[in-house]
Amino acid sequence: MAKTIMTADDSASVRQMVSFTLKQAGYDVVEAIDGQDALHKADGSRPAMLITDLNMPNMDGIELIRNMRAKPDFKFIPIVMLTTESQATKKQEGKAAGATGWIVKPFNPEQLLAVVKKLLG
Amino acid sequence: MIDQHREAFREEAFELLAELETALMELEESPEDIDLVGRVFRAMHTIKGSGAMFGFEDVAAFTHNVETTYDHIRNGELRVSKEVVDGSLAACDQIRRMVTGDPRDEDEEERILAVFQRLLATAGGKIATAATPPPAAAAATAAATHPGNDDGSLTTYRIRFVPEPQLFATGTNPLLLLDELRGFGPAAVTAQQGRVPRLEDLQPEQCCLFWDIIVTTARDAVSIRDVFLFVEDDCELKIEVIDNDARADDDLDYRRLGEILLARGDVTAADLARAIDSQKRVGEILVETGTADRRLVESALAEQEHIRQQRMTRQAKAETASIRVAAEKLDVLVDLVGELVTIQASLSRTALTRGDADLLTISEEVERLTAELRDNTMGIRMLPIGTTFSKFKRLVRDLANELGKDVVLTTDGGETELDKTVIERLNDPLVHIIRNSIDHGIEHPAVRKAAGKPGPGTVHLTAEHSGTSVVVRITDDGAGLDPAVIRAKAVEKGIIAADADLDPAEILSLICAPGFSTAKAVTDVSGRGVGMDVVKRGVESLRGTLDISSTPGQGTTVTLKLPLTLAIIDGLLVRVGTAFYVLPLAVVEECIELSQAEMDRDNRRRMVNLRGEIVPYIMLRELFRIAEEAPPIQQAAIVDVDDSRVGFVVDEVIGSHQTVIKTLSRIYRTAREFSGATILADGSVALILDVHGLHASALQADRRRETHSTVDRP
Repeated sequence: MAKTIMTADDSASVRQMVSFTLKQAGYDVVEAIDGQDALHKADGSRPAMLITDLNMPNMDGIELIRNMRAKPDFKFIPIVMLTTESQATKKQEGKAAGATGWIVKPFNPEQLLAVVKKLLG
Repeated sequence: MIDQHREAFREEAFELLAELETALMELEESPEDIDLVGRVFRAMHTIKGSGAMFGFEDVAAFTHNVETTYDHIRNGELRVSKEVVDGSLAACDQIRRMVTGDPRDEDEEERILAVFQRLLATAGGKIATAATPPPAAAAATAAATHPGNDDGSLTTYRIRFVPEPQLFATGTNPLLLLDELRGFGPAAVTAQQGRVPRLEDLQPEQCCLFWDIIVTTARDAVSIRDVFLFVEDDCELKIEVIDNDARADDDLDYRRLGEILLARGDVTAADLARAIDSQKRVGEILVETGTADRRLVESALAEQEHIRQQRMTRQAKAETASIRVAAEKLDVLVDLVGELVTIQASLSRTALTRGDADLLTISEEVERLTAELRDNTMGIRMLPIGTTFSKFKRLVRDLANELGKDVVLTTDGGETELDKTVIERLNDPLVHIIRNSIDHGIEHPAVRKAAGKPGPGTVHLTAEHSGTSVVVRITDDGAGLDPAVIRAKAVEKGIIAADADLDPAEILSLICAPGFSTAKAVTDVSGRGVGMDVVKRGVESLRGTLDISSTPGQGTTVTLKLPLTLAIIDGLLVRVGTAFYVLPLAVVEECIELSQAEMDRDNRRRMVNLRGEIVPYIMLRELFRIAEEAPPIQQAAIVDVDDSRVGFVVDEVIGSHQTVIKTLSRIYRTAREFSGATILADGSVALILDVHGLHASALQADRRRETHSTVDRP
């Protein structure tokens, strides 16, 4: 059975690109438009991995990561943050919240898949 | 695909710009509303980030300073002013032009950029002139390809990866990282358990293991570090080069164990010196004294082994330089070695009988050297079977074309080595088997399609070592053999009786019977009736065996088992009267004793009851007309001849014998009972028995006797 990956991003075009790329690679994808939406959908879809933007309305990426890690089901899943900021502070904040890795925007489909493969196997 | 994403971005950008304008209007009314500032920032952020992703680098570069300004406002370092709002609205217009693809108004762009640069300067922030987006995600390329050493030369790294105990909390699976490294090249991974606490103290959600990895790869150290990119801050990572192709000292011996542990800092020089002083194996001592954990030592040993392997491969590569030697010269060499083996055996025997300790030592040394010399000489004659395999590609292609079939030849184990002579003599049988597969086995494409098989048929050739033999398999995915058809044919040809009781394997082996052919139409290719019987004889002349298995509808496999070499065999030395003979050990199943009383009891029918099975036997004494008196208890070697058992009765079974085969001179060419001769340790000659020939002669003799007895009957 295909593994499910959740993508949380307020940018429809990024969501579409991530979703399209992952589906082509054989994964199931659940899209969420912000942190709240993602948290809400996580329990039902039980993703094996989360790819989240950091800047989102309602609930940002850092907050989402923190909330996901608090749930026993998602305590150990790989979580990747998408960030335009390559600054160490944002990365550190995300890692402290429990992110597994990061992808710096802009990125291409190959880079995305390489990271997914690296963390999800 | 890219276009589709660009279009999606365009739509999104227009929505965001509309949203931005609304938010900016509201912001003008209530400049202190931090939520509004957040909205504007996020919209700008998304336009910039997504723009860069879908090829709108100009948008990303232009938006950068606007976004930064709002970041400062968000952090309270700047205030929303009319200038900010005006500038932002003007920026929106420019962004819209860029997204739509309208011609750009560069003066206006300059003016807007200048406004935001001034604003940023008053905030004391760095004036980000970043006209270019950040360099393409260095992080994301981590797992993607990284240039290695250009020349493809291999380097061996020692990596120690000690993750923080809370590694799992960030969802990292260390095994995936190790797998990624394994993907780089040959790797030896040792898990270290030194940090694992007692069970009651164990926290299952903590990572207590750490790993030592030795990997040989063409990639550089940066690629290796990139594997650990996401965990870099949460682990202790040590990457060292311990070996590479550029090293000139192609010394096979890598560092000693102690040196490795010392270099890794796992033990101190003093520990090591103490250990060496006690004159035991360093590893054992270090473990015994508790200086180093057993796993640490094992890991170091793994490194030692890995490097040794690596250097051996490298050396082997360097030695591929070869010289060509005429085959006859090799044959002479093999002959000489054969004679040396014989002389050596006689030397050993003499030394043993003399009981002279000095002579014995010398003879043992000679024995060791001779054995090595023999193995090496045989090795020289070995050739990879792949050369023969590749010749068949053409054969298969031509045959398939001729027959209007679609056939692919795949091979495996082409590097398997066999004696040159065996390979040469194997050619004809293989050609015939492959022909049979294509002609009789593989169906026409239409038939295959109807059977739900892929259009092209496959003939798969494999070779592999199995003890002192080589097994060659020819497998096809054709129609398989139909036992009913074979049986009917065999009955029709008078090969078997109509009511013969045969198991499926026996039925299959019937196709090797002389004069058997199942092809309904005689084709150019096969089906001339000189078929599998010739093949089988060819294989047997190489002292090999042939087996056929088949699943109807799925294909047929022909398995050939061949000796590695024809020059030396494992033989069973037997004696009849004063003469010695050698039976090929490969066909001998067991040895039994036969008393004269037993032989008399069975009424000279020459059958022995072997655990319920009736086995016929052949008296070598009679066959060879040896006059001497037979001992009261004789022995019989039970031999497998054409899948049935036959006993060869001899005076005495002496034992196994490394037999160097000497071919018989042309005078004896018609003597089918013997396949050669060998010289024994005492210099006497022993004939090597050909069990098939012997069996045939015995049957003939039997028939003659029967005819005679009929005639003689009154």
